[in-house]
Amino acid sequence: MADDKDVLRDVWFGRIPTCFTLNQDEVTEREAEPYYLLLPRVSYLTLVTDKVKKHFLKVMKAEDVEEMWFEYEGTPLKWHYPIGVLFDLHASNTVLPWSITVHFKNFPDRDLLHCPSSSIVEAHFMSSIKEADALKHKSQVVNDMQKKDHKQLYRELGLNWYRSADKFDQFWAMNRKLMEYSTEDGGFRYIPFRIYQTMSDRPFIQKLFRPVSPDGNVHTLGDLLKEMDPTALPNDGVVFNIFPPVCLRRSFMSLTLSLCFSLLSSLFRRVSRPR
Amino acid sequence: MSDSAESPTETQKEDSQPPTDDSTTNEEKKKIDVLLKAVGDTPIMKTKKWAVDRGRTVQSLSQFISRFLKLDATEQLFIYVNQSFAPSPDQDVGILFDCFGSDGKLILHYCKSQAWG
Repeated sequence: MADDKDVLRDVWFGRIPTCFTLNQDEVTEREAEPYYLLLPRVSYLTLVTDKVKKHFLKVMKAEDVEEMWFEYEGTPLKWHYPIGVLFDLHASNTVLPWSITVHFKNFPDRDLLHCPSSSIVEAHFMSSIKEADALKHKSQVVNDMQKKDHKQLYRELGLNWYRSADKFDQFWAMNRKLMEYSTEDGGFRYIPFRIYQTMSDRPFIQKLFRPVSPDGNVHTLGDLLKEMDPTALPNDGVVFNIFPPVCLRRSFMSLTLSLCFSLLSSLFRRVSRPR
Repeated sequence: MSDSAESPTETQKEDSQPPTDDSTTNEEKKKIDVLLKAVGDTPIMKTKKWAVDRGRTVQSLSQFISRFLKLDATEQLFIYVNQSFAPSPDQDVGILFDCFGSDGKLILHYCKSQAWG
């Protein structure tokens, strides 16, 4: 399990150097300098970009400012996808820093969900946790948790942990509850996962998948990918481009990364990139 | 019924579906059965069971319900799966059906206020 913890830490502490520039069409009183930030992979854009907003508002008039949104090379970035997923999905071949364009006008309603306050992000995050728990434990764990536990989970993910490295352990103290299963059950009911594809207009693949096969074999990541999209393996450079075979052989039982949808989906993209 | 005239892609379950002859029909094109249940003081829908395209999003379904119930534009509508979580608005109902459907249908609860955290 020791190496799992290393992977967990790598994902948790993963940062993406990013350069935010203001969209050229925005009306400013003077030229807007770009703003640089290390974005945490495991968070949401709208949670960690307060500083970006403040920075650009300094050169803009209040009446020219509507809801802020982000775009990368013409693609509006969905704030409700984890940052790591957005980067891997749209920009994994880019030269760093990741160059994101900031808009304050013409919000693309067809592509993005509105996010008027951070309580929307919290509701979205908790829904992901609940959805994952419905698959793992028939929602028993989340239902047993108290509201204050929910709040703590969210806080660790969202605003505070970004500033402090030791939040990793605090988060896992709470998250461990969500990852438990009794040994007689032999595992979760189903593995919560989402597979995002670069070459597809479908949002993602999500199906029921048991951790253990009917004949008692422990399923691996490779089994999952094979079942979900047989065309993706092997050696298909377009869709998955799975690189290290060792990851494919890893069982889900040891792969404790599935702390919620967000993180497991991040992982999929991580292992899919050649090192 | 003029009510359903503005909902081009839904068909009431009672109407039998014409079989699709389209040989290219794939999984994405099929419809699934969705059972809509009201929570609290939210008005009920006379027709509860609908055949909905798999690729229809939760948001679009929610807009349809709002129109059907003639809610004000200012009134929110929350949709829940398993009486527990609110799926993301851009999620396909087909995916929810695959993961949370039972007895060949997907049960969704809808409510004008937040019903489950």
